[in-house]
Amino acid sequence: MIDFTMIWAAIIAFGVIMYVLMDGFDLGVGILYPFAPDEESRDIMMNSVAPFWDGNETWLVLGGAGLLGAFPLVYSVLLPALYLGVFLLLAGLIFRGVAFEFRFKASREKKAYWSTAFCVGSGVAALAQGIVVGSYIQGYQTENMVYTGGAFDWLTPFSLLTGVGLLIGYALLGSTWLIMKTEGSVQDWAYRMTPRLLAGLLSIFLIISFWTPLVDEFVRDRWFSNLFVIWLLPAGAMGCAYLILRAVRRRDEGLPFVATMGLFVFTYLGLLASKWPYVVPPDYTLYDAASAPESQAFLLVGVLFVIPVVLAYTAWTYWVFRGKVRAGEGYH
Amino acid sequence: MEFDPVLISRIQFAFIISFHAIFPVFTIGLASYIALLEGLHFKTGNRAWAQLSRFWTKVFAVAFGMGVVSGIVMSFQFGTNWSNFSQASANFLGPVLSYEVVTAFFLEAAFLGVLLFGREKVPRGTHLFAACMVALGTFISAFWILAANSWMHTPAGVDFRDGVFHVTSWTEAIFNPSFPYRFTHMAVASFLTGSFVVAGISAWYLLKGHMVEANKKALSMCLWMILFLAPAQAVIGDFHGLNTMEYQPTKLAAMEGNWETQAGAPLLLFALPSKDEQGNLFEVGVPNLASIILTHHADGVVPGINEASAAEQPPVSIVFWTFRTMVGIGFLMIAIGIWGLVLRLRRQLYEPGLFHRVMPLMIAAPFIAVVAGWFTTESGRAPWLVYGMVSFSEGITPSLSGWMAVVSLIGYMAVYAVVYGAGGYYLWQVVKGGMDETVPGSDESGAHPKRPLSGGGPIGNAAPAAPLKGDWT
Repeated sequence: MIDFTMIWAAIIAFGVIMYVLMDGFDLGVGILYPFAPDEESRDIMMNSVAPFWDGNETWLVLGGAGLLGAFPLVYSVLLPALYLGVFLLLAGLIFRGVAFEFRFKASREKKAYWSTAFCVGSGVAALAQGIVVGSYIQGYQTENMVYTGGAFDWLTPFSLLTGVGLLIGYALLGSTWLIMKTEGSVQDWAYRMTPRLLAGLLSIFLIISFWTPLVDEFVRDRWFSNLFVIWLLPAGAMGCAYLILRAVRRRDEGLPFVATMGLFVFTYLGLLASKWPYVVPPDYTLYDAASAPESQAFLLVGVLFVIPVVLAYTAWTYWVFRGKVRAGEGYH
Repeated sequence: MEFDPVLISRIQFAFIISFHAIFPVFTIGLASYIALLEGLHFKTGNRAWAQLSRFWTKVFAVAFGMGVVSGIVMSFQFGTNWSNFSQASANFLGPVLSYEVVTAFFLEAAFLGVLLFGREKVPRGTHLFAACMVALGTFISAFWILAANSWMHTPAGVDFRDGVFHVTSWTEAIFNPSFPYRFTHMAVASFLTGSFVVAGISAWYLLKGHMVEANKKALSMCLWMILFLAPAQAVIGDFHGLNTMEYQPTKLAAMEGNWETQAGAPLLLFALPSKDEQGNLFEVGVPNLASIILTHHADGVVPGINEASAAEQPPVSIVFWTFRTMVGIGFLMIAIGIWGLVLRLRRQLYEPGLFHRVMPLMIAAPFIAVVAGWFTTESGRAPWLVYGMVSFSEGITPSLSGWMAVVSLIGYMAVYAVVYGAGGYYLWQVVKGGMDETVPGSDESGAHPKRPLSGGGPIGNAAPAAPLKGDWT
């Protein structure tokens, strides 16, 4: 008997990290907007992500639909629990999504509004996603597989901190993406931003690492049990942080982005390992949340065949738009 | 004041889906049109096709962007407002919606980037391929979403155990009884919508004398489409109605405004249905016609609304009137198709006149028809989320309070007002700006895909078309 639930856990985990890494850098570009040197830089920054953002965001929709298909309990507890936060996330994504088209069509005076919409929308979406991570670590109040907590249970100092953490993390993905995709003054500026963002991210990372075992007994036990392997994950993250700093000093162009992705992957694995096998903490595991085996099997057939194809043509589009983005180029 | 979370959530869903629905229905048709234009240009090398394709791609980009963001909202609404329904139907809806994402959304999104930004970066054939993939993606998407929606109307292939649906047959569930009609009806609606928008704008450009060669071609193509598809849509709609009579008799009765099951039912042209009175306050009808249409016998039996208890009746007035709105517009479309044919036969199709002034006004028609049709079918399902099995009140999120639903409803309305107000304005700016005469890399001698924009074609160094002054009101 194949354990579909375990396979699905791996697929969803993969989908989520794909979303974080890919939409992360284009949200990050939006977050960095107010700090950009000038309006022309903003044009270049937006053009560097314009062909990709839609595909990147599709991973979020896959996460939502995939959860409904494979782990409906996660879907039907988390979304009601985060109701107002989900609204903020969606409002943010709406504003930044339309800004891609509207900003280039706006008159000179109105352009600033859509720059603001892009920036604030990206920031709110990133913050909301970070808050989801915090709320997940805190856990959800449930009864009979239904959310029974209040409207603002997700809003705590701890979850706000994880929110800010992800906001800065996305900005770091954005700045290292820009190092790779731009040149001249925009690239110089991105080189300057990267170490500052990294410093900010690491300090929040540190606070969260001390705070998490205090808010969550389960995580404390997990971290300080015999499972020493778990300490390799933050060590890996620190290694990536060092790589980023070194690469920026040597003015490597691709490595900072790759190492930032590594930093995210290690942190993410650390989070998963800390909570495993709970998907709706503190009460429900993967197996409690799973949909019917025949549904998981039906979806699996398609996903196993289709996802490699999706990855192939997605990779192809990144290849089509490879190389540096230059001023005035890229828009249709 | 206490708010009912069920009612507010229904209003919220109706609001969001109405806004969302008009974008896919337009972009599905337009994507195929763009793919066709790219294909014609690839084959003939005629610049007019490239000019049209470039222009409509710009419109497509704005409309698609708005469709994407409103679609993301939709996919989260199930979980936020209808979590019990999500939990109950996840075994079917989850896989179906996931298949939509992996087979359609990724395809659209990835190739959209190449379609919009890759014109100078990939060979012409590859660009054509990207256009085809985007068009294909929109259809695959419609396939899955209508499978999901149809299943909620005519659930099949499932076993309802302990409050959860378990799929017993995927083919029966996906190809459920109303799916073929609903899918065909929506596909044709998309082509009609695309045709009316393109025809309306082309007619307006012809009035202005703007890019006459290209716009003549566009207008002509669209009018052929309308001529054949508008009557075909009426036939498909009729079949869909028969299917509704079989599987959702109460909805059909509401569409007809027919309260008592009766033989020889009249076709009501006008009526004021009242749920309190369980009858119509006033009605004007053609005797026996409803029976003839629905059963093909003058004294065939047509089901009545009061076969269902008052609590299980849909909002009859909404269903009755939105249905008439949709059908009325459908007949108007058929008339436009015939009018166009008459002008064509008289060789007056391209002479600016009344027809060219009416066509821009007709742009609104398919959108109104689509929204009205959605209201008919979705309100007609009330009070059921899954027909006859899960009601609205059973499907609602238990932790959702009335004020949360109200706050998010007001929030979405505010966000949509700003975003779609601006979107409409920019679409208008694109149309007013006119088509770009300069089409690089499209001279008859062959493809030069890598040539930069300023390289110029035969008239490549000509100044871009002057913006049109929008004196059409």
